[in-house]
Amino acid sequence: MTTANILKLFKIRGGVHPDDRKKLSAEQAIEKLPMPSLLHIPLQQHIGAPAEPLVRRGDEVKKGQLLARNQGAISAPVHAPTSGRIMGVGGYPAHHPSGLSVRTITLKPDGKDDWLDNLEPCDNPDQLTPEEIADRVARAGIVGMGGATFPSAVKLNLRKRYTLHTLVINGAECEPYLTCDDRLMREQAMQVVEGVKLMARALDVDHVLFGIENNKPDAQAAIREAAKESDMITVVGLPTRYPMGSEKHLVQTLVGKETPARGLTADIGVVVHNVATARAVYDAIHLGRPLISRVMTVTGESIQTPKNVEVLIGTPLNNLVDYCGGFNAEPECLISGGPMMGQPLPSLRVPAIKGSNGLLALSGKENKATTEMPCIRCASCVNACPCGLVPLEMANHIRAGSLDSSVKLGLLDCIACGSCAYVCPSHIPLVQYFNYAKGELASRQRAQHKQKETKRLAEARTERMEKIKQAKREAMAKRKKEMAEKKKREAEKAAVAGAGS
Amino acid sequence: MSDETTISGPYTHAKSSISRTMGLVMLSLLPATLFGLYQFGWPAIFLFVTTIVACVAAEAFSLQLAGKPIKPFLMDGSAILTGWLLAMTLPPWAPWWIALVGALLAIIVAKQVFGGIGQNLFNPAMVARVALLISFPLEMTLFNQPVPLFSAQAPGFLESLAITFGSSDAIDAVSGATTLGHLKTELGRGVALPEASTTTASIWQQLWGQSSGSLGETSALLLLFGGLFLIYKKIITWHIPVSMLVTLALLASLFHLMSPENYVGPITHLFSGAAILCAFFIATDLVTSPVSIRGQILFGAGCGLLVFAIRTWAGYPEGVAFAVMLMNACTPLIDHYLKPRIYGRDRKGEPLVYADEGADIK
Repeated sequence: MTTANILKLFKIRGGVHPDDRKKLSAEQAIEKLPMPSLLHIPLQQHIGAPAEPLVRRGDEVKKGQLLARNQGAISAPVHAPTSGRIMGVGGYPAHHPSGLSVRTITLKPDGKDDWLDNLEPCDNPDQLTPEEIADRVARAGIVGMGGATFPSAVKLNLRKRYTLHTLVINGAECEPYLTCDDRLMREQAMQVVEGVKLMARALDVDHVLFGIENNKPDAQAAIREAAKESDMITVVGLPTRYPMGSEKHLVQTLVGKETPARGLTADIGVVVHNVATARAVYDAIHLGRPLISRVMTVTGESIQTPKNVEVLIGTPLNNLVDYCGGFNAEPECLISGGPMMGQPLPSLRVPAIKGSNGLLALSGKENKATTEMPCIRCASCVNACPCGLVPLEMANHIRAGSLDSSVKLGLLDCIACGSCAYVCPSHIPLVQYFNYAKGELASRQRAQHKQKETKRLAEARTERMEKIKQAKREAMAKRKKEMAEKKKREAEKAAVAGAGS
Repeated sequence: MSDETTISGPYTHAKSSISRTMGLVMLSLLPATLFGLYQFGWPAIFLFVTTIVACVAAEAFSLQLAGKPIKPFLMDGSAILTGWLLAMTLPPWAPWWIALVGALLAIIVAKQVFGGIGQNLFNPAMVARVALLISFPLEMTLFNQPVPLFSAQAPGFLESLAITFGSSDAIDAVSGATTLGHLKTELGRGVALPEASTTTASIWQQLWGQSSGSLGETSALLLLFGGLFLIYKKIITWHIPVSMLVTLALLASLFHLMSPENYVGPITHLFSGAAILCAFFIATDLVTSPVSIRGQILFGAGCGLLVFAIRTWAGYPEGVAFAVMLMNACTPLIDHYLKPRIYGRDRKGEPLVYADEGADIK
């Protein structure tokens, strides 16, 4: 391992320093959640096409058995988190602010927790080719576990289209409150580092930069220790600043290059993976285990005892709250993820999914309801924006209804990190404006697309009908002609016959 | 649990609010203000209080008329701050009706007519000051020597009431021109600068503030201290003050070096008059200054240039209010053209292109 001190870090613009509140749960070792009585496993826990179910109501499944297979190039399969009986495949509230119903497999655990070893553990992972690693990662259903949930195998295959030189491991965990990655790095450093090595092999890169914010010295030490044998891994202490964990900003801090707008970090030769993803890759390849559980932080002032828990995918969130001693007071709001970019949860019935890293129950003290005041153009948002945008102006345009001009101002370059809204003295919900505009633009685009498609189909139909008519007319004319000729011939025949008689 | 779970995050917030911002500005104005009030005595205190009370009353009246909620908008402190800043720029012994007219102009004409807080194009206090200066040139240019509270020449409480609210000629006994005013007059009469400046306040007096001038502008040192506090508290950034003062100092030095007889030196430009007050508290007014850093530097430099030009070549000895208002008018234009560079794009807004795409970093 090379030392971090020789690596020069590059400055990124903007950012904020929210109170990290990690003390609430940082010293709680990861605990295994007791088996819940029912698991609800959604078919879509990733970006891309939902998985296609392979089981039916009443089927008995083993732990790790494939429940639904991936559909299409960007998708991920889903496995049984434990052994038991399938209670049904149907609608269940999604782990999403809308709480809308999505296709979900409901599994009743039988308590035996019997494994089905359908993924062979690999005895000598060093012998695997990049293709084999990516293939095993794909079959294990691994997705980006930092919250983005992009299928990891697709990212591991980027080497085919880009010239890559560096793998960046995101251990920044810049969101306040969350400590699950911190605990994972401290307690399972060896597994994480082994996973990282496999990913580096899959991507065929020589350098690995392992970025960990400086507010996690124990995690830095643990990873340094685990990676000291490896020449290619460099552990880098990152300044504690939100949004350090934003993929593009993390890469800029480490390699000094900005990712071109609308592009991927692969455009500048870098691929970023999360710490938890690295552990999942280790499990998949060394142990032959698919992704069926993850570590989540359950915290917030309304939680009796904040904890880091290893939960099976599909566990209803109220099990987590109960395990942590319940609420000490009615929470002001429930959030999935961190307080900066997390999503409000409609209820605790929804299941934990592959991308859930935290469950926050915030008290009224932590998340005060405030009234929105007019903008005083203080430029706090401009200075806080890590993307160089002018949030106040974008919000003004959106408020006035001119979404197109907000796009010209860079709306689509916004990463929705929330730094602007965090610092706004007028408490203007800027992210709400931007999300609204992005959603509205997307639905307009869909409507436009639909309109175009309808028009195209209608035109095609008219053309087709016209052709049919034309053909009919031609056929009719031909028949008429034939009839006329026939008549003529018959008449001639008759005339000839008449003349002959 | 609240019902409004559909509002996007963040679900945590910095300890910032409009009233905190305004409160910190007032706190940083406090040393210079207290010094001004002490130095100019009871009439200054009456004028100060009258201006602020009139501003708050005008704000409440406007809010009532506009049908806006009064309490949250009054509590934000912006009306108090406007009154405070206006009072700082008035001659300390000005009569009460100057304060009243000024407050009405600032709050009603310059702020509420535009739509209230955050909507005004021009700095309200400066609009009021300029309008007063043009309408009542006599009252607005009648300055007095410092007569500290409880000193021998200081007017008593009742006499002071008469100065502010009645008709007292007491000011004639202690009237005295400001440094810049005096130099302007002398230069106008053809007296060379070195000779004219023998009778003005010393540099130390100007720095500390023992010279005649507007209520709160005299103590450059205390204002500087307050301004640095504001930068430290991140309410303002250094860009506008520094670019304005540097531009002013550079221009003054240049012309002073060329012709010391006719051009006032940089020290006098910086530390007498309202240059420091303006650089830290007036040009940096959040609502009326540009939002991008490059815009703020241009704005500050423009203020510095205009202050120098007006003081040197125009009819007025002091040009801060005019300079700031002229630059305020440019703010929307500056904001339109000078924006920060968007991440991953060049200055023109096109996505970045690397010549060595995917090449090794080393």
